[in-house]
Amino acid sequence: MTLFILCITLFCIGLYGVLVKRNLIKIIIGLALVEYSINLFLILIGYIKGGKAPIVEKAAEGGIFVDPLPQAMVLTTIVIGVATTGLLLAIAVRLYKKYGTFDIQKIKELKG
Amino acid sequence: METLLIILLLLMIAGAIYALEAKDLLSAVVSFGIVGFGLVICFLLLQAPDLAIVQVVVEVLVLVIMIAVIINTTREEIKEKIPRSTYIYYILGFIFVVGFIYLFAVSIQGLSEFGKHSTRMATEYIKNGAVKTGSMNLVSGVVLDFRGYDTLGEITILFTAVVGILTILRLKGRKHE
Repeated sequence: MTLFILCITLFCIGLYGVLVKRNLIKIIIGLALVEYSINLFLILIGYIKGGKAPIVEKAAEGGIFVDPLPQAMVLTTIVIGVATTGLLLAIAVRLYKKYGTFDIQKIKELKG
Repeated sequence: METLLIILLLLMIAGAIYALEAKDLLSAVVSFGIVGFGLVICFLLLQAPDLAIVQVVVEVLVLVIMIAVIINTTREEIKEKIPRSTYIYYILGFIFVVGFIYLFAVSIQGLSEFGKHSTRMATEYIKNGAVKTGSMNLVSGVVLDFRGYDTLGEITILFTAVVGILTILRLKGRKHE
């Protein structure tokens, strides 16, 4: 239970970054933190005590495996996460080239 | 092992706080790397080697891209004082976070304890997955065979993102006189 609470603390720190920070890079870091904490939470749910990695070996001793389904889904999520982070960084670079600042307040004021 | 995970998570939280509060953007990105590589060790401890490999690659890629962005733009954090009117956002955010943690604590009551998970749908995958898909690695069997359409959607998103990045970075800005 402690692990779940710590995981959601990491989520809330990322949320704080998205809600409060004015620098675009900090906002992107906050979004990535949110994504990482959710990935870790899903893997924590699927863990079984004493389980092995879900790879079938030739000389199987009949041990139990951890749940392979959350691992497969999180694998998808990680790849999507890097795609969105790359897109956000590209947009941030374009905004900096146009406005000369990462401050979202100033970008909002400088219309046109 | 649970103690080790708790220590790692505390380290990750410290890295995350410093990443958001650092005055220099380069040191913010470097301490964001603490979180990513801590996550890799967590995945290894939680018996997910495939995820650890993917996460290492992704983390290095993201850090390199972020450092390239910062070198090409600026590494200074915004110095100006926050105007008084934005304090309302702090208060609203705090209320939101407290409500969120409360909802989370209520909703995880229905989950089983850490390490006592019981496989429901994955029981079939574990029992017959290696025979049905011919893959010794059950995770790649699930990703590429049982959940193949999800992977197709993932590749579509990746393709769209790459096309978007190329479009945004190649576009010439509109000239203003």
